[in-house]
This record gives sequence, structure tokens and C-alpha cells, in this order.
Amino acid sequence: MKLWDKLMCTCRRRSPWLFHMNSGSCNGCDIELVAALTPRYDAEQLGVRLEGSPRHADILVVTGPVTHNSLEAIKTVYGQVFGPKAVVAIGSCPATTNVFIDSRTLDGPLNLHIPVDVFVPGCPPRPDAILQGVVKAAEILAARGNNLAVEPVVMPLVGPGCGADCACVKIAQRAVSEAGHE
Amino acid sequence: MNNFIHSSLVTALARLLIFPGLLFAVPAAWFFLWVERKAVARMQGRIGPPFMQPFFDFVKLLGKNTPARNGVGGALMKAWPLIAVSAAAGAVGLLPVLPARGGFEGDLILLLALLEVPSMCIIAAGFSSRSIFGEIGSAREAVLSVSYNIVFLLAILSIAAAQHTFSLSALALLPPSFLRYLGITAILVCLPAKLHLNPFSLPNAEQEIYSGPLTEYAGPELALWELSHGLEWVAATGLVATLLAPAFAAWWISAPVFVALSFVIVLLLSIVAAATARLQIDTTVRFYWQCTLIFAVLAIATALFARWRG
Repeated sequence: MKLWDKLMCTCRRRSPWLFHMNSGSCNGCDIELVAALTPRYDAEQLGVRLEGSPRHADILVVTGPVTHNSLEAIKTVYGQVFGPKAVVAIGSCPATTNVFIDSRTLDGPLNLHIPVDVFVPGCPPRPDAILQGVVKAAEILAARGNNLAVEPVVMPLVGPGCGADCACVKIAQRAVSEAGHE
Repeated sequence: MNNFIHSSLVTALARLLIFPGLLFAVPAAWFFLWVERKAVARMQGRIGPPFMQPFFDFVKLLGKNTPARNGVGGALMKAWPLIAVSAAAGAVGLLPVLPARGGFEGDLILLLALLEVPSMCIIAAGFSSRSIFGEIGSAREAVLSVSYNIVFLLAILSIAAAQHTFSLSALALLPPSFLRYLGITAILVCLPAKLHLNPFSLPNAEQEIYSGPLTEYAGPELALWELSHGLEWVAATGLVATLLAPAFAAWWISAPVFVALSFVIVLLLSIVAAATARLQIDTTVRFYWQCTLIFAVLAIATALFARWRG
């Protein structure tokens, strides 16, 4: 049984299937996510597949600052992804609502509504940062498995070249702490 | 007599479970799925998935949760992938890879019927999922299957009719002829539609109707669908490989030749899939009814001519 669990852990780590959800994004991050699948970055090397149906997915990838209109859709789609699952927030918008902060049309940031495992900050983030975030999420997913009692690990993620004192790390950390207070 | 039944039962079980049955067919199915993805990736200038990727996907899907399915509809939704996998595995087990080992008169008809079962299961699964995308996908699959099956069945049956036999091993042992290559060409033209590959990937058109009939499937059920798709690859390419392969008396030559030929066919189909875009439903139907029906007519005419002469 131990061997089977080990195998399952490896397989979950090596086969992350994504479902992409746009919550009012400006399309910048969406384009970068698609760029991650192109020949230059080739996410399929890591076993990544962009799925058409949320039922097939393991990782829900969300872009955009969570508008009023998209909130119910996000909750529905999050429920449609079967566990074990993880959520990756791509761009600064789902993490902090970015330049749209205090807008009356927004319900963001995303982690007020669904548990987010990995933030990939940037406006937009580079495709390699997105890939790094997806791999991180797959590792979290594999380690967590079906054990839903374990709290999701919130992990601010940096782009290549970002140090610990980089602004994007601080923004993501602040978003996490603010979400905790409310 | 009792001894004979006993030995034929053992042979049949060995064929179904070992070679070319499940023990060979399941790894072969994963291998062919990998070859397809890798070939498409290489054609697009990418590196592509690692060798074990279909296996990782399968095990991961086994470990995922599934929705609660209640009532008759739910039971049916659970049953379709199981039926599809067992039919595809049975079709692989019927292939006469090892000549003079089992096989019976009429096994060609059984093979054709079993090859048709997964596609029917997909149609039924899409409708019983009651998802609008599933229903669109199922309707497309049904239209597609009516279109390519005319050519597919006529091509195989004309090869068989010209030789007065419905036994697969007898067909595999026949000398090559013009009719046989005509029939094989017609079957190869139909295979992309049978395996849902570009340019005929209408039923599961991703990003257009989500995942077609499989939209509502998740977890282990989806894993079974992936497996049945892989087994369909093995059975369909294996059928062409047995018709194409020259007859060898020794099994240790015929088995590797069979595997190598299947591999070449998978590669060929993947390259065509990578090089083409998805066609519209009416273009697809017109292609099969207008352009490729000529193969079927030619094959039937040649078969009639061969019978009349011989």
C-alpha cells in the first residue's frame, strides 16, 4: 500500500492537467499562459495538458481581478474540479486586484473566495514563471493528496531574477496577510 | 474431444490475456498514445511529453475523486467505459499475430463488430451524461461513424469476399494482391476518423465543445476512456498491420514485424494529425461520401471481378 501511495504521489506530480478560468482579466496573463504551451516553453514536457472540461483538471488556473459577474462562475468551476486539486492565481490581479484596487465592480482578491495554493505575481508574469508556479502547485497537490484536513499552503512565488526583497513578493505577501485578517 | 476443447480454451485465454491481449495491449496502448503525442510535439518543434506520460496520466486519474452518480443514468454512465475497454481488448485479442494458433471462421466479423463497440459507447456516454456539449459531441460522432464506416466495412469485406473467407488468419496468410493494397489504403483513410484524430477530430473537438462526449467524465472513468482509446489504437493499427505483413511461419519473426508495422502506422497517422487542421462536419461528411467512396466502389468491383474469374 505504501508503494502505491508513492507511485500515486509521483504520478500526481508528473501529470498536472490545467483548466484555465478568466475572471475579468485584461487578456495579458491569458496570452502568457498560452505562450507557456507554445514550442518555446513547451509545458507538455512537464506533463501539463490544458483541458477543455473542469472535470478533467487537477489544477485550476485563474487570471483576472475577480469581477462581480465572474464570482459565482469561479465558485461553480472550483466545485466542478474534483479533488485532489490545487489553485494557481496568475498575475497580480487575483493576488491584489492590482491597479483596479478599490474598484466597486470587483470582489477580489481571489483568496477571499477560494483557497489559493500558489501566486504567480507579475503584470503579466513571464511564461517561465507561470510554469514554475504550475510545477509548484503540482508538488503541493502530490504532497497533500486527498487529505483535505491539511490546510492549503499559500506560497508567494517569484519570477526568475526576483529576490526576496522584490516588490512582487511583498505585494503577494501583503495580499495573503490581508486575506487572513478579513 | 475433451482435450481439444481444453487446449483451444487455453489458447483463447492466452490470446485474450497475454499476447496480443491485455498483457501486451495495455503497455502497447500507452506506448502508442505516447508516440502520438511525441510525434505531434516533434512536428511542432517541441520536445513533447516524457516516455511514461500516458502511464502517469492513467494512475493519476485512478486516484482522483468521482462524482456521485445515481439511478439508471448514473449506472449507465459508469458502465459505458467498462464496455468500451472490454470490447477493445477483445478486438486486440482476436488479431492473428501468431499464425496457426487459434482463430475461427467468421472471426473477422466479430473483430469488426468489437471495433465498432467503443465508438457506440462514446455516443451513448455523451447522451447519458446529459451535458449539452456531450450531446453535440455524440451527434457528431454518430454522423462521422455513419460516414466512414461505409468505406471501412466495404474495403475489408471486399478483401474477404474475393478470397471466400471470413477468417482473419486465412486473410493474413494470403499473397499480396492489388485488391489488398486498395483495401488497405481505404482503411488507412478511415483510421483518422475512427481514432478521432485531426483532420477528423470533430467528436472531441477541444476548446470548441469542451471535450465532447467525455465532458462530464472524471477520475477512474476518464482513465478507462483513455485506455479504451489506446486499445482502439492497438486494434485498428494491428488490423492494418496483419493485412499488410507478409506471412511468416515462425512466431518470433511475425510478432516483431507486427509491432514494427503498427508503430509505423501510428507514426504516419500522428504526422497527418499534426500537419492538418480540424475540418467542419459537412466537409468531413462530404469527404467520406464523395471522395473516398471511390475506393470502396473500386474494391467491390475488383472483388467481384476476382470472384468471376476464379
